[in-house]
Amino acid sequence: MPALLEAKGLHAAYGETKVLHGLDFVVQEGGVTTLLGANGAGKTTTLRAICGMLRVQGEITFAGKSLVGMATEDIVRLGIAHVPDGRGTFMELTVEENMKLGAYTRNDRGVAGDFERMFGYFPRLKERFRQQAGTLSGGEQQMLAIARALLLRPKLLLLDEPSVGLAPLIVREIFDIMRRIRAEENVSMLLVEQNTSMALAFADYAYLLETGRIVVSGPAADIGKDESIRRSYLGY
Amino acid sequence: MEGFIHQVISGIATGGIYASVALALVMIYQATHHVNFAQGEMATFSTYITLTFINAGLSYWLAFGLAFIVSFAIGVLIERILMRPMQNAPVLSSVGIFVGLLLIVNSLSGWFFDYTIKQFPTPFPGKPMWGGYVSGHELGSTGVTLVVLIGVYLFFRHTRLGLAMRAAAFNPVSSRLVGVRVGWMLALGWGLAAAIGSVAGCMVAPIVFLDPNMMSGILLYAFAGALLGGIDSPLGAVLGGFAVGVIENLGGAYVVGTELKLTLALVIIVTVLTIKPSGLMGRVVHSRV
Repeated sequence: MPALLEAKGLHAAYGETKVLHGLDFVVQEGGVTTLLGANGAGKTTTLRAICGMLRVQGEITFAGKSLVGMATEDIVRLGIAHVPDGRGTFMELTVEENMKLGAYTRNDRGVAGDFERMFGYFPRLKERFRQQAGTLSGGEQQMLAIARALLLRPKLLLLDEPSVGLAPLIVREIFDIMRRIRAEENVSMLLVEQNTSMALAFADYAYLLETGRIVVSGPAADIGKDESIRRSYLGY
Repeated sequence: MEGFIHQVISGIATGGIYASVALALVMIYQATHHVNFAQGEMATFSTYITLTFINAGLSYWLAFGLAFIVSFAIGVLIERILMRPMQNAPVLSSVGIFVGLLLIVNSLSGWFFDYTIKQFPTPFPGKPMWGGYVSGHELGSTGVTLVVLIGVYLFFRHTRLGLAMRAAAFNPVSSRLVGVRVGWMLALGWGLAAAIGSVAGCMVAPIVFLDPNMMSGILLYAFAGALLGGIDSPLGAVLGGFAVGVIENLGGAYVVGTELKLTLALVIIVTVLTIKPSGLMGRVVHSRV
């Protein structure tokens, strides 16, 4: 499989505080890659760096094109959709308007059809279509965030902790839907998670981050089986 | 009784002006959380531009339309050149810019067009209508104001660009992540606010006459209207603007007299801020975490 996204020697900082210390990683086309690690390891920062939301040093290439120094709006137009930390819901707007914004950059006629496909994955969004998005439950907002991102018709989907703050039952529901999306949509994924067992079961390849450095990487199945890695880094 | 009805109707007519300026204030407030104190002076400047076009021999509506476009461009330029570098600056810096802009635009109006009070033409018939209750200009300007307000409403509700502008105002980070060019949306917002101001200026100038300080009182009424309706609610601001127009006219006629009318604006501002700071229609956003 060819690399869709590749980071080399990626450094990033918030002001004076360095967060990423030279990451190297690859997201393969058509696959799911996951970044695991504890709070503060730099997972969210890595996704923000890819989207041009903070200044970085090093190299990030997407489909052969360098992303460093590009504006977020332009990176999005290359086909990178980001389901951000905290879900990024437009609380004051309706579910419909949130979904329309997902397709904001598109000018093709397929948007209406894509809305129907999203309702296929997330029937609850159809029930709540005219409702103010701020009134949705956390799980519903996560579904909305994923639908909004998919409506961009991205090549790469960045998912920042889709399980955070949700009941285990809802987390399982969302991961089940993501399995369907993975099978049915032509999209690669980079998943950031603290729920390591869920993420390892879902992903093909995994990287373990510790305070801004990659400490272990390998096929997700192997990492999940390796007891010493699990004990020392994943804590279960 | 006839006097009363007349006061209410002319209150609605001036209320339309306040509503327009209040809407312009709210549009910029929603995007930046600042009140653009220079909104009134910008509108005055636009009115002078219209007058210049008319004096150059253009027909009223052509001059009106051209000034609308020029004002839009000026608004966009102000955002790009003055406000853009201040986007991460502390509140006081932005306030400083607004006050500076107010003084600069006011002085430019005086410098370019001199300080003498000028008459401004109305495109509407001068004779009283509807049995003398309403003048042609009052009726016409209310109509123009309503057209603008409805147009703005339809633009924000039913166009993709309007949706993007609202999204950029509510949630700039998420907007960038769906590809909205947030910086340009702010600039368009400034342009639109300036253009709305130009309409308000042209509609009020035949009544109050044109001089560089024409809008300073009107801005206060508009601000009172925006607060009354809810500074973050465009619809509230519009209704608040109309309400303030009526309150001002009735209060001026029957309570405090015309000399002290402007105090009513301050009374409204203080009352709203003390009793219900979110205004009558200020949106309370329900959100679950």
